[in-house]
Formats: sequence, structure tokens, C-alpha cells
Amino acid sequence: MAQAISPDLDATLTPASHPRKRRRLPAPLRSPLTMAGLGIITVFVILALLAPLLAPYEPQQQKLAQRLKPPTTEHFLGTDQLGRDMWSRLLWGARISLTIGLVVVLSAGIFGTTLGLISGYAGGIVDEALMRLTDIFFSFPALILAMAIAGALGPNLVNTMIAIAVVTWPVYARLARAQVLSLREREFIQAAIAIGVPTPRVLWRHLLPNSLAPLLVQASFDMGAAILAAAGLSFIGFGAQPPTPEWGVMISEGRKYVGTQPWLSLFPALAILMTVAAFNLIGDGLRDALDPRLRSEL
Amino acid sequence: MSFGTFLLRRLIGIVGVLIGVSIITFAISHLATTDPAIAALGDHATDEQLAQFRAEYGLDKSAPEQYLIYAQNLLQGNLGVSIRTRRPVVQDLLQYFPATLELAMAALLIALLIGIPAGIWSAVYRNRLPDHLVRIFALVGGSLPIFWLGLIAVDVFYNEWSLLPAGGRLDDFLPPPQNLTGMYVVDSLLTGNLKTLENSLWHLILPALVLGYFSTSVIARMMRSSMLETLPQDYLRTARAKGLTEFAVIIKHGFRNALIPTLTIIGITFGSLLAGAVLTETVFSWPGLGLYATASAISLDFPAVMGVTLLAALVYMFGNLVVDIAYGFLDPRIRHPS
Repeated sequence: MAQAISPDLDATLTPASHPRKRRRLPAPLRSPLTMAGLGIITVFVILALLAPLLAPYEPQQQKLAQRLKPPTTEHFLGTDQLGRDMWSRLLWGARISLTIGLVVVLSAGIFGTTLGLISGYAGGIVDEALMRLTDIFFSFPALILAMAIAGALGPNLVNTMIAIAVVTWPVYARLARAQVLSLREREFIQAAIAIGVPTPRVLWRHLLPNSLAPLLVQASFDMGAAILAAAGLSFIGFGAQPPTPEWGVMISEGRKYVGTQPWLSLFPALAILMTVAAFNLIGDGLRDALDPRLRSEL
Repeated sequence: MSFGTFLLRRLIGIVGVLIGVSIITFAISHLATTDPAIAALGDHATDEQLAQFRAEYGLDKSAPEQYLIYAQNLLQGNLGVSIRTRRPVVQDLLQYFPATLELAMAALLIALLIGIPAGIWSAVYRNRLPDHLVRIFALVGGSLPIFWLGLIAVDVFYNEWSLLPAGGRLDDFLPPPQNLTGMYVVDSLLTGNLKTLENSLWHLILPALVLGYFSTSVIARMMRSSMLETLPQDYLRTARAKGLTEFAVIIKHGFRNALIPTLTIIGITFGSLLAGAVLTETVFSWPGLGLYATASAISLDFPAVMGVTLLAALVYMFGNLVVDIAYGFLDPRIRHPS
């Protein structure tokens, strides 16, 4: 009998014997809403990557004879006030918007997380000084600070990303610091310190990987927020400049035609809405998967 | 820690943060690749005119010297002179801030009136139709570019239906009410000027609804989440067992306890409303701080930009302070920590 039970027990205790189960995503990530978010972002990423192949026209190619045409078979989403193909501009716009989100989140995330790790690990006056610095940046009105930076450096895409990253990093510093404070006294960290592991290695190899969960959730929300902020800055003239096919610029250019040719602003607005909503859904799913206490959130 | 000590520590913290905000904004103003003198006077200004302008605004001094002069003036309540409007920045802020404050407060009121009941409704009917509707409403509100929503709102309510005005704070033919607070709705109410009150309310509705949508979605999400944590608690079961109506159980016992985490969000939301006002004011030609900041940043008018930034940071921090104080009133455990 013992021989009969033993293989079952072995199978139960050896996770490798259930490869299919192990590979499955956590339940919250398999929720229809999170899957919808992942699906939308996947489609947008593919469209953005394949924009040079999929766009039937150059995004800045003007055909004044074709201006303000409603959606037709020739121009899938119509044309704008200069006869440019809206579908082509939207595809190239996806490249720009996703790049903005990625660059902002990576730069703000890396900078903020590094400061947060140092702050939490070092403690004392370093911690106090760095946290007061984050207090200052937290109290800045984000869009006004971004406007000031974009105004000072000149309105263009790179400066827009710098401006948004400057107002985004403090949250990563706070999150990383909070994680370090909760991990610092744990045995595996104390053991690493006791055996003489150098500080940068403790931070990089031990603290960072164990602090990633809330940072990833925040990164997902910030991808959407950065796209929205960049579009807002472009709309008021502090971001990308015409004729760049950035979605905020496209809405700004279409504002005069909202009543007569609504597709000029409608399609870029829908693209922003879908992308930002998708990142928010992924963020919700990640948070639920990584922190079950918060599973009741939207 | 007594309430007095807590308040004193927070106020000292606010002063420290304001010094930091002023240093950083000042540093940003010195990143400008364009000379503010040329930005103000144009490319055709003579060297003499440019030198005179720089001397007038202290731009000919070193950056640390300029900051020290700025800080000294700041302590006396002097934020300098706007390069664009040629008026003291304080005077400009006093003119434009009430308009933004009125808009932000109206938006917050709308967000609270819609967001809190929506969040409660959603939690009570979890995973049923009302919940799904509220969650979609909140998801769209948190993802939609509000400047586009503003454009659509103006087109529908002004151009198509002629129901609401397209922009501004009052119709052109109406004089502003007597200036008491600078907020037209409040001033016209205080002076009993009903015609101006009606007109200013009419102008306020659309921009406040558009600006408030994002905050409504944030508050609804937070309220739903807090209510979902509160609803299964034992004390609610006890309240039901005592024979209280479901409405009384949810509102009197559930809502009050769920409100505390939502308060934090309300404090943060007020700061974001001020920033969001930049976009809303642009769409609705609302003559507030947002339009002033935009025009100032475009013309590299950094005394004005610094003034707006300091004021917005101050409002944000006071908003959070008020929320922290409100915690004490709502939660006896915070009021009496023992």
C-alpha cells in the first residue's frame, strides 16, 4: 500500500510533475478584463511595430484635393484638413505614444527605484534628505511643472518625455523605499550582509528582485498616465509639434472640425482611451495577482 | 503627539517643501535655452533694450544672486513682476486664482456627489449590472483625454443643442459681481445678484463636469474598494441583527467607516484638479490660473510660472493637511490614539 501511495505523494510534492499547472497565469491575470487589456496592448504594439508596412500612406503625405474626406475604402479612417491619411497617422502615432510611455516609465522607474533602494537601505540622514526631495516633487502640480520644463527646454517630444519623467519618479522612490524597509530586517538580507556581500550586490541581487511587485503595478498604471499626460501637453502646445502624428497633436489639429468632421479628433481620442484603459486594466490585474489583499479594487 | 504639535510639524514641513519647490522651479527657469529678454522683446530688440530689460528683471545677475533676491522678496509676499503682463505676479494670481478655485471646487463637489454614491452602489451590487456600469464609467473616466471630452461637450451642448455656454465665466453683456472672493458664484450669491448668479452657474456647469469626470472615477473606485472591505465586517452584521434597515446599515455604519481611505484620495484629487484645470481652462477659455500658466510658460515668463507653481504646491499641501485633520474628526482612534 505504501508503494501505491508513494508515487502519488511524490507527484504531489514535485511541482515539476505538473508542468501545465505551473505554467498557468495567476487567476487575477486570467480575468477577462486583464486579458482584454493585454489583448489591446498586444494589438497596439503589433500595429506600432508594423506601422511602416501597414500604413498605406506616409503619415505626413499631404493631398489637399483629398482633404477632410470621411472614412472610405481608400482612406480607412478618412483624411485630415491637409488630406493626410488618418489611419496611417494613427499607426505612426501608436509608435510615438507607446515609446513615450515606455521611455518615461523606464527612466522614471530606474531613477526613482535606485534612489528609493538607497534611501531605505542607508537610512538616517540620506533617507531623510531623499524623502524630503520626493515630498517636494510630490507637491508639484505635475502638468504645470511639465509645462515649465517643456517651456524652458523647448517644446518637442524628447523634452516632453523628460518633463513627464521628472514628475513621475518620486512614486517609485517611495514604493522601493517602503519595500526595502520591510525587507531590510529579514533573515536572508541579514545573512547576505553578515557574510560580507557588498552593498551594491545586496541592493541589486537581493533587495531589488524582492521589491519588484508593487513597482511593476505602478509601471503599468504610469504607462497609461504618461501617454495621457504627453497627449495633454501636445494639445496645449508644449509637447510634440505638428506635423508629428502624435495623438494629442492630432486631437488639437482636429478641434476646429469637431462639429463637422468629428473623425479627426475622435479616432486619436479613441486610440488614447483604449491604450490607457488597457494599461489600467493590466495594472489592476497585476495588483490583484501580486497583492491579494487589494483584490477587491476595480 | 498633541494636535498642536502635529499641526506645527506639518506647517514647518510645508515651509520646507515650499523652499524646495521654489529652488527647483528657479533651477528649471535657468534651463531655458531661449533668452527671456529676447522672448519678451523680440528678435529686433537692440542690445541696449535687452540690457535694460535684463537689469530691470535682475536677469543680469548670477543665478544664486537672483535666487537670493527672489527668496528675500518672497518672504515679504512679493513674487516679482510678470514679464508678460508687466504687473506684480501676486496681483495676477489674485485675479486668476479665484476662477480656478471656483472651477476646481465645483468639479470636486460634482465628483463627490456622483463618485461616492456610485462607489457605494457598485459595492452593494458587486458583480451585478450596477457594479459593471460603475466600473465601466470609472475606467473610461480614468482613461479619457479630458480635453477631447471638453471639445465634444462644447460641440454638443453649445453648438448642437444651444443649452449651455461655450466658455468664459459670464456672458459678455453682464458685468462681473462686486469682487468679494473673486469667485463669481459666491460673490453674486453674497451680494444677492441673482441674474449674475444664474449666469455664472450656467457657465460653470460644463467645465466643472468635464474637469470633475476624472476625479469622479477615482473617488468611485476608491469608495467601491473601501466599501467592499467594510461590508463583510462583523459590526455590520451586528447592526443588521439589531434590526436596522439595510439603508441605515450601509450608510450609517458602512459608509462612515469606508469614507476614511477615500478622504486621502480626495486630498490628492484636489491637487490634480488644479493641474487638470490647465487643460479644461484651455478648452473652455476659462480665465483662470491654468490659462495664465500656459500663456506665461509659452512666453518664458518665469516669475509668473514660479508664482503659479508655488501657489499650486501650497494649495496641494493645505488640501492634504485639511484631509489629515478631517481624519481625526471621522476616526476616534486617530483623535484619541491611546
